[in-house]
Amino acid sequence: MSAVDVASMLSCPVPIEQYPTVLLAHGGGGRLMHQLIERMIVPAFANPALAVRHDAALLPVPTSHVAFTTDSYVVRPIEFPGGDIASLAVFGTVNDLAMCGARPLYLSVGFILEEGLPMETLWRIVQSMRRCADEAGVWLVTGDTKVVDHGSGDGIFINTAGIGLIEHDLTIEPRSVRVGDAVILSGDIGRHGVAILAAREGLELETAVESDCAPLATTVLALLDAGIEVHCLRDLTRGGLGSALIEISEAGGVRIAVDDVAIAVNESVQGVCEILGFDPLYLANEGRFVAFVPAEQAELACAIIDAHGAGTRSAIIGRVDRGEPLVTMLSSIGATRIVEMMSGEQLPRIC
Amino acid sequence: MCLAVPGRIEAIDCDNGIERSGRVSFGGVIRQVNLAYVPEARVGDYVVVHVGFAISVIDEREAALVFEYLRQIDELGEREGEPS
Amino acid sequence: MKYLDEFRDGEAAAAMARRIARTVTRPWTIMEICGGQTHAIVRFGIDALLPEAITLAHGPGCPVCVTPLEMIDRALELARRPEITLCSFGDMLRVPGSSGDLLSAKATGADVRIVYSPLDALRIARESPSREVVFFAVGFETTAPASAMALYQASREAIVNFSMLVSQVMVPPAIEAILSSPTNRIQAFLAAGHVCAITGIELYAPIAERYGVPIVVTGFEPLDILQGIAMAVEQLEQGRAEVENQYARVVRSDGNLAARAMLEEVFVVADRRWRGVGTIAASGLEIAPRYAAFDASRRFGLEDHHVEEPAECRAGDVLRGELKPRDCGAFGSLCTPEHPLGAPMVSGEGACAAYHRYRRLEVA
Repeated sequence: MSAVDVASMLSCPVPIEQYPTVLLAHGGGGRLMHQLIERMIVPAFANPALAVRHDAALLPVPTSHVAFTTDSYVVRPIEFPGGDIASLAVFGTVNDLAMCGARPLYLSVGFILEEGLPMETLWRIVQSMRRCADEAGVWLVTGDTKVVDHGSGDGIFINTAGIGLIEHDLTIEPRSVRVGDAVILSGDIGRHGVAILAAREGLELETAVESDCAPLATTVLALLDAGIEVHCLRDLTRGGLGSALIEISEAGGVRIAVDDVAIAVNESVQGVCEILGFDPLYLANEGRFVAFVPAEQAELACAIIDAHGAGTRSAIIGRVDRGEPLVTMLSSIGATRIVEMMSGEQLPRIC
Repeated sequence: MCLAVPGRIEAIDCDNGIERSGRVSFGGVIRQVNLAYVPEARVGDYVVVHVGFAISVIDEREAALVFEYLRQIDELGEREGEPS
Repeated sequence: MKYLDEFRDGEAAAAMARRIARTVTRPWTIMEICGGQTHAIVRFGIDALLPEAITLAHGPGCPVCVTPLEMIDRALELARRPEITLCSFGDMLRVPGSSGDLLSAKATGADVRIVYSPLDALRIARESPSREVVFFAVGFETTAPASAMALYQASREAIVNFSMLVSQVMVPPAIEAILSSPTNRIQAFLAAGHVCAITGIELYAPIAERYGVPIVVTGFEPLDILQGIAMAVEQLEQGRAEVENQYARVVRSDGNLAARAMLEEVFVVADRRWRGVGTIAASGLEIAPRYAAFDASRRFGLEDHHVEEPAECRAGDVLRGELKPRDCGAFGSLCTPEHPLGAPMVSGEGACAAYHRYRRLEVA
């Protein structure tokens, strides 16, 4: 991978005095769009596949078993403590690949820009995409840019699609989950949801809560390398831990029992949830996952996750039991309840 | 109806009648809270806050009594030799 | 978090539950009045720790649930007017009126804002002098002082573009309405702790005496609720009918005098219709005549009209504690959190939604 010219990182390469904001013409296919792509985006993403500059990227893929995924990213605000829409767009797709046990290789990037988006903002996002791609070990090999009328978007929407290699022979999916499996949670929950909420609502936190946005592929590949028989993985994005467990329970036809006391919640996250009446179980995360592994391998799996994680501790939060597909939660006072899907978004309550 | 959360008064910014307000910390989340209904509250006190208003100062001694009650009933249980 | 975590301790809860089991000699039915208590009971599974002999009924303690249909319709009508910014607590956004809810009105362009405090609505009015800002004032006595303060400040500062749509209700009349019903099965009450932090507890003494019913002012954490139940059971077993204060760390006997003074300044007591229950005399608060200029219903000429509930909705029976949500024919089928028929399924505190979301595991 060629090194990005450091000098070009220091200032926005598109002539800002002339074009301080994105115009419809920047998506029009003509000179302005060409300038935006050639002077800003391509140099920032620079890699051999992209250098060819054809309609499609031609990619060598050493195995016949690949994982392919896509996701679109919309977030407000587009920059928040601990990340931005670029980190969501890169890590989100990388993590979807990682949840199959794939080694992420290549991403495509589709931008939908709102006319009037400051060029400086776009430049920061583009640079951030490159940094995150480097951190995740992927190339941004092809892409597209469109511009929509002012008022039709939250500044910027990003779609990324990703290809990864399957280099193992496990079938990592909900149907592989077995009775007796341990349920491991990779860290504390709710940080991303609270970081966004705090930024949007102007909540003041003594200790700022940063989004947990992070790539998970290295951790997952380490689990596989160590011979952990991973049955299922799921990253905990929108809908949080609660929704992920319910989806796996339904798709796998299994009963999952978790222990509330084992689920770690940062104190500031708890504080925000208490005052707004939110349940951290359903808050979004962008760098956390659950893993279903045979019980006898759970301790080792936790140790591997902790060795690769950034300062948070994993925990065994439950197990897979016999019985109909349900998710049950043991409360701190020793009673069991059924965990249900949230309907709609959580709204702050007084009641 | 009653989502009222305990928090610690970190600072009192304005001490004037109905506009009396201060910064209250809820596990590290700082909110501006109206303190007009707790004129006796001081920095360091814990208050219960509902919809941006402190409605009561928490009495630490009374809070401890709940656990005193627990100790008493547990001793009672042991003396009666009830099966666990 | 201090004053929260220690009141959720498992061993302490088990000790309280053992105490209750030791004290009980026959079946008792206890009602908890407050939606916040319902929420805690279902979230922590408190009823699972109680002996079979204790039945917990969930009362109409959710001001969201008891807000009459016509009041939601008034809020919707106001929200749909282009010159009005309607401010509301989040709880009210998904409660169905006759034609949709505030959240869907917002989605189709109405200027509906979620606020955490009535003072936020007042701030919006200050910042947008060309908009008419209406605050939807819903709640029990816990919330009324906050709404009263916003109104008082608006009056003092002459913030003329601010007004309130008031649907405040009071708890003691509801307790009396339940106790005076010929089909009443409730033998003791856990009174709402935060409501009592404002009102004090003396006003419950005549009710306890008149109906021979123990009333224990109770908090909201598992230990509080379990201790409240333990105290109620002890009274029932001993044949006493007194007012006791479990939540003494927050509730003083005479309540909050400053808050009560503000309530008397800004509001007057009025009859109030409760959704699913009917009209209860002297159970609500309205804006006092001297502040009438800030009454949104008057300012915008909203008419009083009665709206029928959907026939399948048995919210009233649920709110009076006479029907368990899961025994309602529509529960989980016609009526779910995604498409609720009545308010108790929408509000997180409503008995129906609480049961649907945190359904306790039935052990075979």
